[in-house]
Amino acid sequence: MRTQTRFPTGTFRPEPGRGRLLGMLATHTRTEATLTLRNGEQVLLTLLIPLALLVGLSVLKVVPLPEPRVDSVTPRVLALAVMSTTFTGQAIALGFDRRYGVLRRLAATALPRWLLVAGRVLANLLVVAIQLVVLGVVAAALGWSPAASGLGWALVFVVLGGLAFGALGVLLGGALRAEVVLALANTVWFVLLLAGGIVVPLSALPDGLAEVVRLLPSSALAEGLRTALVEGTFPGWEPLAVLVGWTAVAGLLATRTTRLT
Amino acid sequence: MITLTIDAGEGAHVRHPAGDDIGLPVVSRNADHHPAVEVSGLVKRYGSTTAVDAVDLRLPRGRVLALLGPNGAGKTTTVEVCEGFLRPDAGRVRVLGLDPVADVERLRPRVGVMPQGGGAYPGVRADEMLRLVAACAAHPLDPDWLLATLGLDAVRRTPFKRLSGGQQQRLSLACALVGRPELVFLDEPTAGMDPQARRLVWEVVAALRADGVSVLLTTHLMDEAETLADHVVIIDRGRVVAEGSPEALTSETADRQLRFRARPGLDLHLLLTALPEGCHAIETTPGSYLVTGTIDPQVVSTVTSWCAQHGVLASELQVARRSLEDVFLELTGRELRP
Repeated sequence: MRTQTRFPTGTFRPEPGRGRLLGMLATHTRTEATLTLRNGEQVLLTLLIPLALLVGLSVLKVVPLPEPRVDSVTPRVLALAVMSTTFTGQAIALGFDRRYGVLRRLAATALPRWLLVAGRVLANLLVVAIQLVVLGVVAAALGWSPAASGLGWALVFVVLGGLAFGALGVLLGGALRAEVVLALANTVWFVLLLAGGIVVPLSALPDGLAEVVRLLPSSALAEGLRTALVEGTFPGWEPLAVLVGWTAVAGLLATRTTRLT
Repeated sequence: MITLTIDAGEGAHVRHPAGDDIGLPVVSRNADHHPAVEVSGLVKRYGSTTAVDAVDLRLPRGRVLALLGPNGAGKTTTVEVCEGFLRPDAGRVRVLGLDPVADVERLRPRVGVMPQGGGAYPGVRADEMLRLVAACAAHPLDPDWLLATLGLDAVRRTPFKRLSGGQQQRLSLACALVGRPELVFLDEPTAGMDPQARRLVWEVVAALRADGVSVLLTTHLMDEAETLADHVVIIDRGRVVAEGSPEALTSETADRQLRFRARPGLDLHLLLTALPEGCHAIETTPGSYLVTGTIDPQVVSTVTSWCAQHGVLASELQVARRSLEDVFLELTGRELRP
């Protein structure tokens, strides 16, 4: 029985319909990117730690690297930044978003499923772009001079690396409990940082280990970026194939294992 | 032109005449001949447990159906099947005449969903979340108005995880309504709400109904089902145990109750022999007496004269029909559910 006039007749008159696709994509992307940049832990992971490593490794001679140190360090830190955002950050966010029922909430709207994925991918690429600009500016201030001829390939590797780590992040964050995702995503991040060919170059690893590590996406991305930005040449098909391979396998698995809640 | 007729005891019915001459809503414009929800023989199992066991439901357009049952009765599972989130193991489910799984993309824009608990990014601000959901709709309600109306104005910039349970629920309700759906599923819409917020939700549901929106809600609150629903379906352990209008459910039999207060410890045996067959009398709590059965004027007279004979002053004597709560407890038992 209508007892009050808080809702005049016609207030909820049905007028269903799906919003414009571009509007939905833009709003979804903006929301996801804003949430990442607003989250303190995410900013620590995606910006502060890479920045600290960039400055620290360039200035302190703790790891043996070819001179000028900043030129050797920057591609590795960029690889780390891509991995932090698209793998660790995304997996953790996805794990908790599922816990909070966000995916189901959004799946219950007129937002098509592909757009739900596209919005997350775009938001991740947007955050990566911001990281590249910030890290690039700081590296330049430290004297970084990348090979101009390799910038195009570097961009290709950033995108491929982002997709490979993104697919792995969804694979991890889309299937397990939020706390398990949190623990695993941080552990994997730490292991790949130290032993996955990011901070310690492949050439500095023992032979047997190096053969395995070169097939990891972390090493493929770091070596690809190093070749492109230091030597200014095409990094070769192997790292490219490694990244595409991880994207395909993880993506395929993730479409089967990802759950909304 | 809209005609509003008040039908005592039945609530308000908005009738939309066939002629839509001044552009006012004619619900039948969207309406095909299909009911809003039609479920027959629905079975859903999780491993070896059967959560929903041959449930039938029918929600006509523009009406409110309450799925009432204790915790774990299968209410949420039933709703999630209707929402297309779960596949039924057996049975036929049609929502607005469509298959909720196969036709999900066509149904989504037409259906509003308020899931049980959560439903937003932990760090998202209330207004950001509502705007995101509003962006998915072609003709959304004004998010600012909706936030203000649902009393969320003061917390619009507060992250979701820091909202109270009731505030989270109201935001979730806003998300279900903002797209101007034809049908809404509200899973325990008033859980965790204070009495003021509950009243507000009740008003919203009444307004939805008056505007021709079909509503399927779940609740374990009797008064909620009794107040809001045209049709109540009581389910327990995955089965429908009773259904009907609240009036029909509570007056299904001639059973009435006579309650009165008197001094504790009266010997009811003598009263029982004086009462007609089929009547029962018990002392529910010390000093509170309950007579059940066919309570006619003769029974009332018998009770009062019996009291007089025993020099007992009966107070607060009242005859009531069974409440939905009585029906509910009778059907689903009194033991606590996990």
